[in-house]
Amino acid sequence: MAKAFQKVYTKITKITKATCSLKAQGVTNEELASVDGRAAQVVKIEGDEVILQVFGGTEGIPTNAEVIFMGKAPTLKVGDQLIGRFFNAYGEPIDGRPQPEGKEVEIGGPSVNPVRREQPSELLATGIAGIDLNNTLVTGQKIPFFTDPDQPYNEVMALVALHAQSDKIILGGMGMTNDDYLYFKNTFSNAGVLDRIVSFINTTEDPSVERLLIPDMALTAAEHFAVEKHEKVLVLLSDMTNYADALSIVSNRMDQIPSKDSMPGSLYSDLAKIYEKAVQFPDGGSITIIAVTTLSGGDITHAVPDNTGYITEGQLYLRRDTDTGKVIIDPFRSLSRLKQLVIGKKTREDHPQVMNAAVRLYADASNARTKLENGFDLTEYDERTLAFAKDYARDLLAIDVSLDTTEMLNVAWKLFAKYFSPEEVNIKAVFVEKYWPK
Amino acid sequence: MATKGIVTGIVSNLVTVEVDGPVSQNEICYIIADNARLMSEVIKVIGKNAYVQVFESTRSLKAGDHVEFVNHMLEVTLGPGMLSRNYDGLQNDLDKMEGVFLKRGDYTYPLDTEKLWEFTPLVTSNTTVIAGDWIGEVVENHQKLKIMVPFAFEGKYTVKEIVAKGEYNIQHEIAVLADSAGKEHKINMIQKWPVKKAVTAYKEKPRPFKLLETGYRPLDTVNPIVEGGTGFIPGPFGTGKTVLQHNIAKQTKADIVIIAACGERANEVVEIFAEYPHLVDPHTGRKLSERTIIIANTSNMPVAAREASVYTAMAIAEFYRAMGLKVLLMADSTSRWAQALREMSNRLEELPGPDAFPMDLSAIIANFYGRAGYVKLNNGETGSITFIGTVSPAGGNLKEPVTENTKKVARCFYALEQERADKKRYPAINVLDSYSKYLEYPEFQEYIAEYISPDWVHKVHNIKSRMAKGKEIAEQINILGDDGVPLDYHQIFWKSELIDFVILQQDGFDEVDANTPMPRQHYMLDLVINICNIHFIFEHFNDVGTYFRKLINIAKQMNFAHFESDDFNRYKKQLDTALEEHPKRLDD
Repeated sequence: MAKAFQKVYTKITKITKATCSLKAQGVTNEELASVDGRAAQVVKIEGDEVILQVFGGTEGIPTNAEVIFMGKAPTLKVGDQLIGRFFNAYGEPIDGRPQPEGKEVEIGGPSVNPVRREQPSELLATGIAGIDLNNTLVTGQKIPFFTDPDQPYNEVMALVALHAQSDKIILGGMGMTNDDYLYFKNTFSNAGVLDRIVSFINTTEDPSVERLLIPDMALTAAEHFAVEKHEKVLVLLSDMTNYADALSIVSNRMDQIPSKDSMPGSLYSDLAKIYEKAVQFPDGGSITIIAVTTLSGGDITHAVPDNTGYITEGQLYLRRDTDTGKVIIDPFRSLSRLKQLVIGKKTREDHPQVMNAAVRLYADASNARTKLENGFDLTEYDERTLAFAKDYARDLLAIDVSLDTTEMLNVAWKLFAKYFSPEEVNIKAVFVEKYWPK
Repeated sequence: MATKGIVTGIVSNLVTVEVDGPVSQNEICYIIADNARLMSEVIKVIGKNAYVQVFESTRSLKAGDHVEFVNHMLEVTLGPGMLSRNYDGLQNDLDKMEGVFLKRGDYTYPLDTEKLWEFTPLVTSNTTVIAGDWIGEVVENHQKLKIMVPFAFEGKYTVKEIVAKGEYNIQHEIAVLADSAGKEHKINMIQKWPVKKAVTAYKEKPRPFKLLETGYRPLDTVNPIVEGGTGFIPGPFGTGKTVLQHNIAKQTKADIVIIAACGERANEVVEIFAEYPHLVDPHTGRKLSERTIIIANTSNMPVAAREASVYTAMAIAEFYRAMGLKVLLMADSTSRWAQALREMSNRLEELPGPDAFPMDLSAIIANFYGRAGYVKLNNGETGSITFIGTVSPAGGNLKEPVTENTKKVARCFYALEQERADKKRYPAINVLDSYSKYLEYPEFQEYIAEYISPDWVHKVHNIKSRMAKGKEIAEQINILGDDGVPLDYHQIFWKSELIDFVILQQDGFDEVDANTPMPRQHYMLDLVINICNIHFIFEHFNDVGTYFRKLINIAKQMNFAHFESDDFNRYKKQLDTALEEHPKRLDD
């Protein structure tokens, strides 16, 4: 498989679980190589000794294995032929169809100059009220779902992908189960949306270190559509905790001193490099990133969610509502930092007030529930808040509700009128006048 | 001849260079890559090997690449024309860079060499001057900026020649200075300074004492920071660190504001780019961008330049301080800088300190905060750098090394608290955990007694102890129930709520409430303390909450109304009526 001008090496001097070393000349940093047919990348150069990280692991690699240097960092051929296709971490097709042609670009390219960015201001509707009503997203935003592994986060991601008003959707799957991969594939093809989807998938069956390439692959494709075609691109990354775990494996094998939770000291920068690819360009192109960070036992002080929270523009929590048994977007802990840029401006004027009033009443219900659990008597108002909370969770917070934002506001007004008086809802008089159901 | 070298090793952004001559620690060098020169800094030397951190991606570098050393440390270029600019961490002008993406090795000049400045000489021939002395003046964005004897000039100099008043560009020779040996030095309006060295061209650094007005009640009234003071804001994500910092940057009564966005979100910097040209400095009526300089090393920009960015910002601040200006320097966040140090120390295989941070972290932080301060210049004028840094504690835990080491050196501590943020009590500063050491400075007490009122500090302590008492009682009520504590306890608790809602909470997004000038803070503090001093009579604990909610609501409306406007006075009257009508114990 070596081309004429490529030099072949066959003397490996050192092999560890993830790396191998050899003497070689003229090798460049981060260059791609093939070791016994497996993809590898230069991670360290010491004089004429080169250390290669072998993505697929080094099991069975002999010291006389064939090592070929490719003379370039990992690349992806970008273009329209990517559309509707499924690839692995190296950008090779896994859908049985031929390798697409296109412009070859290095993945993990440079950052956008901050002065060339535009302040995000365009609403990204998902149809899910728990998001659009309470945690409105904006194009160019980056936001993760913080979720326990038992929540149906991939289903939610697929829902968002189907509803979101975007030109392209790039799915990056890291350590995704084969079942979830097929779920995405079937959902997308059944919905007939494959013509705007590109997927890069690393499943649990693939070597874990390979998944380090997935976000860069997905975002390189996204940059092509956002920069060259001025399209609105939505990137879905699931699950970033698996990505971080792969980082910790590599840093461990490179003898780096771990910091908090066995994660590498560079975790913040590593995650930021990915999330900061989210951008709004002045010419209309944008990259929005929605990711999944699975939590262990709901612990958000763990290094992965903690560092993520400092990088992303808010976070969405998934949980099951005890009253209705439905999966909802938790209105208390979820937050979209950029919603202020669009609510009441790009959506109906009453949006901010309705949103706050509903959450406040839902909080009152939560207090009432605590009272009940502690054996105190409920007031008549408490009873009404509990009934409201149930309807609110079922008709608005549940992830299977699909409405446009104006309809969501109307539903909220209907629920207010059903259980409360205008004074109890405490919304500006002009809006009550205009929107209170008569 | 300049030292040259050859790349022999690469791991991430740490490159080993075999050198052919002398190199110094922190010297700058350039690695010659295929199509770019990559700026790097020497951080360790062993024998012939210099270890350099590269301020760029090291992708595609190889053993054998050539390296050129420049014989100086990382420098800033100082002169007129820096205001309103957006720099990266190495002081490259971001607006001058072409293309959407940052190109490796693209270094742009931070100043404008063409622009003509109206220069007015401040000295005459034969005047004796030393480093930092003002020899001329130009006006930039309506601020008078000084042209100074370069900070690097040692000893005494005599002005041999100085140009007449007129228009010159920054490269034009404006003066000739002779040193004590008679050697002549030509100077223009530009000077360079190594960022990691503190500028000490001043006479003395007395204890700071003057209140720096931020317009924020939880700072100015409760835990004041002073001109030349230091403070820090730690807080878990989502507690409003950045909003608080941005608002302080917008409102503070300062001549120059420098914002170092160190390893934070690019969209936050974009917000400043988008808003500042339209926002007005509440003290001068001019555009906020006119007094602001932004140093942006966002989290996706090269890590090594993150450390450089805070030093670049500090060196620029020192330049303006030497002109006798009041500078506010904000860095968000110093944790990212510490993390950059940690990444490097790890690659250098140094023995780690706590949480894998380098052992000298505390010394580095202390040194940096030490560069802020209030100074008396050689000509008797004063200048100051007030430094406020944010800290992003891992897991929201304040017992981590960056927070702890910063706490040792910063004199003001503004603790943002998750619980307050959850309750939407903004700014989420926990008043009991936070402190300002300046309140204890006799110099400050003297100043504030003169400036506001003699019993000011006493009043501040009064509301703080009421807050502490209120918190204690809230805990007791939680355990014992509403009827398990004496009726008076409810009153004490609700008085602390009054203080919380009217003084400690401030709506940073409200046009009026966002900025509270000192006379108004004084008025409101007196108002609240007067209410707290009344002993109200209540029949039942339920009535206490109802009554105080009403008072709070009226007082908050006052905060939202323009000071002493008709609305304001109407609410004041309402409040007075509510107070008059309620039964009280007269002996108090």
